[in-house]
Amino acid sequence: MNTALKKGWRPILVLLLLFLLWEGIVRFIEAPSWLVPAPSLIFQEAYNGWSQFAPHLLSTTSLSLYGFAIGAAVGLAAAFCLHMLPFVRESVYPLLILSQNVPVIVLAPLLVIWFGFGILPKVIVITLVCFFPITVAALDGFKQTPADLKHYMKMAGATKQQLFWKLELPAALPGIFSGIKISATYSVMGAVISEWVGARMGVGVYMTLASSSFRSDRVFVAIFAIMILSLLFFLLIKLLEKLMVRWKWKEDKAK
Amino acid sequence: MTVLSLTNLSKRFGSNHVLDGLELHIKKSEFVSILGPSGSGKSTLFHMIGGLLTPDEGTIALNEEKINGITGKISYMPQSPSLLPWRSILDNTLLGQELQGKTDESRAKEMLKVAGLGEYLNAYPHELSGGMKQRAAFIRALLSPQELMLLDEPFSALDELTRSDMQQWLLQIWEKHKPTILFVTHNIEEAILLSDRIVILSHRPAKIKEEVIVPFSRPRNEQLPLSEEFIHFRQKLHKLLQEENKQS
Repeated sequence: MNTALKKGWRPILVLLLLFLLWEGIVRFIEAPSWLVPAPSLIFQEAYNGWSQFAPHLLSTTSLSLYGFAIGAAVGLAAAFCLHMLPFVRESVYPLLILSQNVPVIVLAPLLVIWFGFGILPKVIVITLVCFFPITVAALDGFKQTPADLKHYMKMAGATKQQLFWKLELPAALPGIFSGIKISATYSVMGAVISEWVGARMGVGVYMTLASSSFRSDRVFVAIFAIMILSLLFFLLIKLLEKLMVRWKWKEDKAK
Repeated sequence: MTVLSLTNLSKRFGSNHVLDGLELHIKKSEFVSILGPSGSGKSTLFHMIGGLLTPDEGTIALNEEKINGITGKISYMPQSPSLLPWRSILDNTLLGQELQGKTDESRAKEMLKVAGLGEYLNAYPHELSGGMKQRAAFIRALLSPQELMLLDEPFSALDELTRSDMQQWLLQIWEKHKPTILFVTHNIEEAILLSDRIVILSHRPAKIKEEVIVPFSRPRNEQLPLSEEFIHFRQKLHKLLQEENKQS
């Protein structure tokens, strides 16, 4: 934790400087607040409007977590199936890449038409955004299992199941966590996009309302909230990684 | 009692004829080394005994049971220690047993302690030196329930001093447990020091060019390689191997 503090001050300082610069420019050119609100105004709004904003944030947080959990599970399950069945991998993998080329912003309204305004279309959007990085990272991880370890396991008589659970999965874990970290931050974005299209609550809704009434300060409050939420998710996964892949962490430290 | 019987073993990869009618029988508690020019099909032979490859002709039998293409019948120690980096040393040595079923933690602890790894039971592999890792890898193979151990140039990646330490250590531990071992090496001295019998493979297609019984009594120690008989014997084997290398 100490090292985090020691290294953490640098980006925080840069951030502070950026805010100061922003504040200075806005005041200097006397920009109207509906066009570019000054940081001081944004923070003020965040503080004053907190009671109004909090329920939206809470709703988005739980939606993100929910969608992310399902997305991660789907991602891992997909990787497992594709890895265990090479024939399926060859025929489905290109389609997976195609699935990522469908713009979410176009897909989301379609999903609302099909599945209504409930939670289902939102979870589908988040899942679509989240599963891919995990599947790709896991598949690569399984494939890059060190050859000498694999050779030993086979010679020692490991079955295909044992090979996977005792070797390939733990060996891929560091890679899988990289994928999960990316997905965790994507999940917040996915949640907000899905809320744009149709929801009663959420940061996405708050944002749409704010921008249509030219409350730019509120739009920025929402943007900052999304950033902080993504960052928190990222840190949470990182903590989990440290606990689960302790050997890797120790090994890297020893180098 | 014969543990391993290789009868009339042949293997081709396309036009590449690797093994041709190889015959080898290993008795219980015998330490047999295979010496051969590089590329003489030693690893192909090991892969076949391990069940990863099937022979084109001939049979591999373990205690009179045919094991062509069946894995899990032998325990194995490769050239690199191949310890899993996320497992502690203790858990690594248990892996061979784990793959076959039951684990015996107290026995593993005991053996690690005797091998001087008592303080490293919960350490990760990267915290150990090369020699220590190989010791752990050997114990993993020794703890595995299978009767026959295949050792594939286990000391070739170690420096000279560690290597000779490891050979002495292996001699001691072999005296104590008397496992049946098939050992591949290209180091003649190592083969003589450790084995009861040395098998010299011919150039491709490999068959047995010569089988020699090592005439030195056990227990052996690090003084043995300095004796005149040892040096004579080594020269004799050297000559045999050289003839094969010339053909390649």
